Amino acid sequence: MDLSQYTLIWEYMQPELLLLIATVLLFFIDLFASPRFLDKWFSATACFLLAVVTILGCIPGEATHTLFGGMFISTPMTTAMKMVLNIGTILILLQAHTWINSEACKVRRGEFYELMFFTLFGMYLMISSGHFLIFFIGLETASLPIAALVAFNKQGGDSYESGAKYLFNAVFSSAIFLMGISFMYAIGGSLYFVDIATVATTHTALFIVALAFIITGIGFKLSLVPFHLWTADVYQGGPTAVTAYLSVISKGAAAFAFLWVLFKTFSPSHEMWQGILYALIILTITLGNLFAIRQKDLKRFLAFSSISQAGYIMLGVMAYSAQGLTALVYYILVYIFSNLAAFGVIAAIENKTGKVNMDDYNGLYQTNPKLSLAMMLAMFSLAGIPPFAGFFSKFFIFASAVNSGFYILVLIALINTIISLYYYLLVVKAMFINPNENPIEPIKTDCYGRTGLVICVAGILLLGIASCVYGYLSGLSLTVGI
Amino acid sequence: MNFLSLFVLIPILMMAGLAIARNMKEIRTVAVTFSALQLGLAIYTVFKYLSERIAGNTEEMLFQASMMWYEPLNIHYSVGVDGISIVMILLTAIIVFAGVFASWKIEPLSKEFFLWLTLLSIGVYGFFISIDLFTMFMFYEVALIPMYLLIGVWGSGKKNYSAMKLTLMLMGGSALLMLGILGIYYHSAPEGQPLTMNILEIANNNAIPHDWQYFLFPLTFVGFGILGAMFPFHTWSPDGHASAPTAVSMLHAGVLMKLGGYGCFRVAIYLMPFAAQELSWIFLILTGISVVYGAFSACVQTDLKYINAYSSVSHCGLVLFAILMLNNTAMTGAVMQMLSHGLMTALFFALIGMIYGRTHTRDIREMGGLMQIMPFLSVCYVIAGLASLGLPGLSGFVAEMTIFVGSFQHTDTFHRVFTIVACCSIVITAVYILRVVGKLLYGAVQDEHHRQLTDATWWERLSAVTLIICVAAIGCFPGWISNLISNSLNAIVERLS
Repeated sequence: MDLSQYTLIWEYMQPELLLLIATVLLFFIDLFASPRFLDKWFSATACFLLAVVTILGCIPGEATHTLFGGMFISTPMTTAMKMVLNIGTILILLQAHTWINSEACKVRRGEFYELMFFTLFGMYLMISSGHFLIFFIGLETASLPIAALVAFNKQGGDSYESGAKYLFNAVFSSAIFLMGISFMYAIGGSLYFVDIATVATTHTALFIVALAFIITGIGFKLSLVPFHLWTADVYQGGPTAVTAYLSVISKGAAAFAFLWVLFKTFSPSHEMWQGILYALIILTITLGNLFAIRQKDLKRFLAFSSISQAGYIMLGVMAYSAQGLTALVYYILVYIFSNLAAFGVIAAIENKTGKVNMDDYNGLYQTNPKLSLAMMLAMFSLAGIPPFAGFFSKFFIFASAVNSGFYILVLIALINTIISLYYYLLVVKAMFINPNENPIEPIKTDCYGRTGLVICVAGILLLGIASCVYGYLSGLSLTVGI
Repeated sequence: MNFLSLFVLIPILMMAGLAIARNMKEIRTVAVTFSALQLGLAIYTVFKYLSERIAGNTEEMLFQASMMWYEPLNIHYSVGVDGISIVMILLTAIIVFAGVFASWKIEPLSKEFFLWLTLLSIGVYGFFISIDLFTMFMFYEVALIPMYLLIGVWGSGKKNYSAMKLTLMLMGGSALLMLGILGIYYHSAPEGQPLTMNILEIANNNAIPHDWQYFLFPLTFVGFGILGAMFPFHTWSPDGHASAPTAVSMLHAGVLMKLGGYGCFRVAIYLMPFAAQELSWIFLILTGISVVYGAFSACVQTDLKYINAYSSVSHCGLVLFAILMLNNTAMTGAVMQMLSHGLMTALFFALIGMIYGRTHTRDIREMGGLMQIMPFLSVCYVIAGLASLGLPGLSGFVAEMTIFVGSFQHTDTFHRVFTIVACCSIVITAVYILRVVGKLLYGAVQDEHHRQLTDATWWERLSAVTLIICVAAIGCFPGWISNLISNSLNAIVERLS
């Protein structure tokens, strides 16, 4: 065997391999380091390792590389997407510090980080795949550890229930997805994205069913309506850090991979999947919003809000253009910062008081002005209010859909932003306006959580004003050649 | 850097100053200093603009500057002003200045109050100086959202309901607007040329196809029209104004509603002249209803703020009505009316706030004979009322006169009938204004406790006098301001013919 091939693998699969090395390193640190060191520095080490992976491996280059006969594709855009996911994961690790170092969770601290890194590895594979088998391996690697993470709280019954729910749903959706790709194989005789794109141009019944199954399979991951039913229960029962991970990282990766599959594999039949998505987006945005209005538990509330956000993200896929790709990645990046700011506040308050109800937040501004402000910024950004980043990401994703001619769809989405503004304002109202005799006492967050929140808030404030981020992503997506 | 950007920068500095202020005294110092600075800058801009024009500069927008912002979409941060935006900026600066004094004793959380108020003013200034659709729209939304907290936290009455209703309705308008703006953007240039968000370039290209104008004009006009309280989308206005604290009512009725009228000019009519002519009749009917319906509604209200809020619906309806007449005279009148109504209604709301602060009621049935108790406030109220019903020598007369003269230039029956109908509102205005003046100021004292009340303090006097001076100045010397406006309108009107 030729050795040069290994250097190529090392060169082209750098994010994946570095992440694996980081995971193994973490394992040994967990095994051999003294408990005092671990108590104090384990979270920092994990963040540091992930940051190193990001800096060494995930800076987008210039060229596109393929490995293993085209099964693995690395383009500047996929590398950028991996960087986005890494940034989000680092933020979640920062926010998880208090919870994971509590007495109940301390013993299983190592597992938490390793499982999380493994899911990230799966997502990398999913994003970079050029072949359905790699895609499937990535999908499974990304979902199964999450089930364990959701069930992480041993003493809580909810956490188990959620874990089981997630597991069953993940397996079920994977089965449907597998069915879809086996049909695809029957049509094209190949599982390479490029092959299917050239073969599958006629719309036979088998092809339509296969496409529908594939969309369904990924739709579960993205929690698009009507495949969303697991979302609220799992979000509510899981530990807050894991819920945050599910709602931004897992969703972001799935959205990006979905876009990749549809753009690369099904480009000849784009009108067909656009038709399917059209209906799914309207359902997702509208139902997600309508259900969110009635929620009192903030984690459930954010679950439904994240369902409707998934609908907005899909608008970038609908656009079927380089502009749509840019807008989608930018939207996910902004969404990561905004949603994690909200989860950061919820986690901080839940860790100290165990309260997650919206009514508990009444009068929060009197006692915790900084946390309230962070939460308010997060809500405004999610609702798309300028000058916060959410406004820009919404504007660009709508612009990309309008550019492809979907005026009515964008109008429906815009009307839905009004509904979403209503429930986001309910949270703001609770914190700033509603009177409360006994608001939550002043909370002192630890420096990890605080750093995470500060980064999130800075992202919300700056990502929109600093146009270079969008410009950079736009440059990258032009190299993809859609 | 272009000096117009100072209009955004000074309020940002003001927010920073407020954030580090430690007590009420420092907050007031910061607020007064910076709002005076804004007023000074606005006056400086007017003079600089006039001197440029006298020097023979015939560019459509003066003091233009442009900076690339989002290159992939060709979005710029571009600023520039013409006579109309200058008038609006001046109005904003005056009302912000008066508003600071009107909220001298705001409680609780006075620092936050001024912070939000300043954010609102950033949005308003930014909107008026922008000539790029994207920036303009962004500032527009920046101006809307602080209203929610301003009403929700510091408001009175059914404030939660009003704040939510106002925010959602106005954001609904901006949703239509966003689609409209995107539509305009993607048709802004002929095939093969780069798309643009710059209003002047879009107007020059004149490339929006006619059938698209039919779709985009209603979107943008209704989008801005909601903020201009156009029937049947006016319902946020009475509740919102009635629940808002004094300074917020002043700014909102005085300035924010003008964003609607200005936007209709600058975006809907200027960029889509074809559809404007074809579809103006629909909106003429709607705004005609606003004018008369608002006036009638004001007649039966008993809450002072509701009376004034419905009167605002009527007067702002008149602004849109005049804009839709699509000729220079009527449109000049529309801008004059924006200015006049802004000042006068701010004065009204300031006075109502001052009266309410003393009597703790706004119901006219529970008050009376205030002329004996607080003569200064009462006299101011009479002046505001007279301006509102169009007494010559005050601003209302000039504006309404111009509007109706312009409207009557149309010779067809449809325009004539609607002009006459709208004219009737002047009479109805007199009814509700005189009713309040008679009952509230000259009637018998209803509540004996009211006899102990005091007249205006120095800061209240300052606030009211500033506004009265402006109202009278426009009424007595309307010439220079109407010239300023109508010269700038030529560019818009030319596109219509």
